[in-house]
Amino acid sequence: MKILNATLIVCALATIGTATAEARDLTVVSWGGNYQDAQRKIYFEPFAKQAGKPVLDESWDGGYGVLQAKVKAGVPNWDAVQVEAEELALGCADGIYEKVDWDKLGGKSKFLPAAVSDCGVGAIVWSTGISYDGDKLKQAPASWADFWDTKKIPGKRGLRKGAKYALEFALMADGVAADEVYSVLATPEGVDRAFKKLDELKSNIVWWEAGAQPLQLLSSGEVVMTTAYNGRISGLNRSEGKHFGFVFPGSIYAIDSWVVLKDSPNKDTAMDFIAYASKADNQSKLPEYIAYGLPNIEAGKLVPAKFQTELPTSPDNLKGAISLDVDFWTDNSEALTQRFNAWLAQ
Amino acid sequence: MNQPRLGKQLISLALVAPLLLFLIVFFALPLVTMIKSAVSDPVAARTLPATARSVSSWDRTSPPTVEMQAAFVADLRQISDDQLFGDLVRRLNSAKSGFRTLMPKTRKAALDTAGSIDLVALDKRWGDISYWQAVSVAASSRITDRNLLAAVDLQRDASGAIASLPADASANKAIMLRTFVMALTVTGACILIGFPFAMIAASVDGWKRQLLLGAVLLPLWTSLLVRTAAWFILLQDRGLINSVLMQSGVTSSPIPLIFNRAGVIIAMTHVLLPFMVLPIFSVLIGIPKNLMPAAASLGAHPVRAFLNVLLPLGLRGVVSGSLLVFMSALGYYITPALIGGAKDQMISSVIAYYATGAANWGMAGALGLVLLAATMILYAIYLRLSSERETSP
Repeated sequence: MKILNATLIVCALATIGTATAEARDLTVVSWGGNYQDAQRKIYFEPFAKQAGKPVLDESWDGGYGVLQAKVKAGVPNWDAVQVEAEELALGCADGIYEKVDWDKLGGKSKFLPAAVSDCGVGAIVWSTGISYDGDKLKQAPASWADFWDTKKIPGKRGLRKGAKYALEFALMADGVAADEVYSVLATPEGVDRAFKKLDELKSNIVWWEAGAQPLQLLSSGEVVMTTAYNGRISGLNRSEGKHFGFVFPGSIYAIDSWVVLKDSPNKDTAMDFIAYASKADNQSKLPEYIAYGLPNIEAGKLVPAKFQTELPTSPDNLKGAISLDVDFWTDNSEALTQRFNAWLAQ
Repeated sequence: MNQPRLGKQLISLALVAPLLLFLIVFFALPLVTMIKSAVSDPVAARTLPATARSVSSWDRTSPPTVEMQAAFVADLRQISDDQLFGDLVRRLNSAKSGFRTLMPKTRKAALDTAGSIDLVALDKRWGDISYWQAVSVAASSRITDRNLLAAVDLQRDASGAIASLPADASANKAIMLRTFVMALTVTGACILIGFPFAMIAASVDGWKRQLLLGAVLLPLWTSLLVRTAAWFILLQDRGLINSVLMQSGVTSSPIPLIFNRAGVIIAMTHVLLPFMVLPIFSVLIGIPKNLMPAAASLGAHPVRAFLNVLLPLGLRGVVSGSLLVFMSALGYYITPALIGGAKDQMISSVIAYYATGAANWGMAGALGLVLLAATMILYAIYLRLSSERETSP
């Protein structure tokens, strides 16, 4: 009886398991907020219509462990995921992504060289930097030194919770030139210096984790300035008539990529989706909603001139900005995060 | 005679079988897996067998021998599974930052060229003895106390003795202590609000009781995330509470209620209050209504009657409610994350980082284990105290 019961339960679980695995629709995962709203409008919904199959979309806030756990569990419940540069590098080395079929995408030469890898296709070029509400701040901040200067501009500041970005910005506020940030940070003294600088601002920092949070913090006046992703700022300005500003000098840009999780049951459809989202005429629609740079070279040229000036990839905005050092963070992320968490707790 | 009894036993066994299976699959197995992941460390020993043999004679202070280097390169050539290699890299990088870029580079060189390789010429980090120490420690044993030690801010130094981590490197003990303090504070706040509330609810009847119980139950049916988000809106600087206070002239500038301890305690108390009110209510409702008037008729002051009659009788509810609230509060994650500041994060946020951020399941398991052990000790103390109270007159 007991064995019979057990067998019945196991059978029932197994049928539910296989049934959902087979029937599950293509699941695309991105970073939520108004960015994902834009993607839904220009990528997810038109692709679903074209393929005649529904597309589910979910959002996440990053974290390599999430992806690794999903792949190790056997059949992942996500298919196409937009990942940050370190997650791409780590996962590609660990073999948790499917290899990209570049023929489907028209060849590697159609994309920015930095957006091409064996396991991922660049989705956007995005920047993290200072943003502020132009309606509330009379004097706009111009540099990280201003961000740290609570006498000049009183009030709380928002920062993304984590060692990445916070340490780089602290060094720039302490007078390190943008292009020397990573060579200073590679030394133990440089790390100490960054934490010491963060100490100065610690009591005035509000930490955020999801990309939509800084916009909310700025809108409600909870903070006077915050780091934010540049595209969401211009997106909100257009959709809600705000006058949020973004400071490009001293910002850090990076490339997010689309990957397909290893052994995804929908891997062919997922690759078709990535190809669709990487087509020049589809991708060029993005800056109208969200000002992110486009990895497809042809798409970059199709963007109307009025939106070009807002992109992190425009020559004016690249001045004084630096590229995220992926190698540095893949090596040091765990040790520095541990120290960062200890610092937060003190 | 025996036959029907055996049949009955079988039937009762079959009836509890689903529960048993559920407990085994969803409680016992994960617990064992977690404990195992905290102490087991087989990846380096499995992937680097030749290295493990050759480092066993190395004193960990002199420069690495040629045999060690050759064995290491030979082992790297043997690894064909990328995910396994990834696990090895993660294990080594967690002990010493730098392996993340060093290992793929070395493996590529090992696969591209046949014969011996000058590792130091390939990357000068291989000349640094601390990298070899990390390889040697990882490869020579299949079980480790590294994670458990790190969970309480300890480590083994080069000689193998237990030493504390530098003060700025880890704060798990402080965060663990904070977790218990916050859970206790929330439990205290729940008792202070929950007991009078349950008393009132138990003393009225009809629609009034329905209304009071509804006020407790309704939030219980709402998602935790929704309730936390609602508190976020209420507590912020320009939120409902602060704008009412400012408009009524109580304060001129907003009272900081969010991103600090006060906000987290308020929100957590609200979320957990039903777990305190309901057990106390169910105990109080069983106390005869004429006890308090009887105490009064014997001349007891209402406060004295409460302290000597109602409180001792209701204590059973308070104790079970406190246990429920305290245990649930220990594992809180989303409420401190959204409402709290950096100094209000509980141990679950650290566990979440290791599990979802760093994919370091060993550390996540070890921290969980330490939390579990500390909770069990507290529970044992509680059992001891409560049984003493029952036996003493």
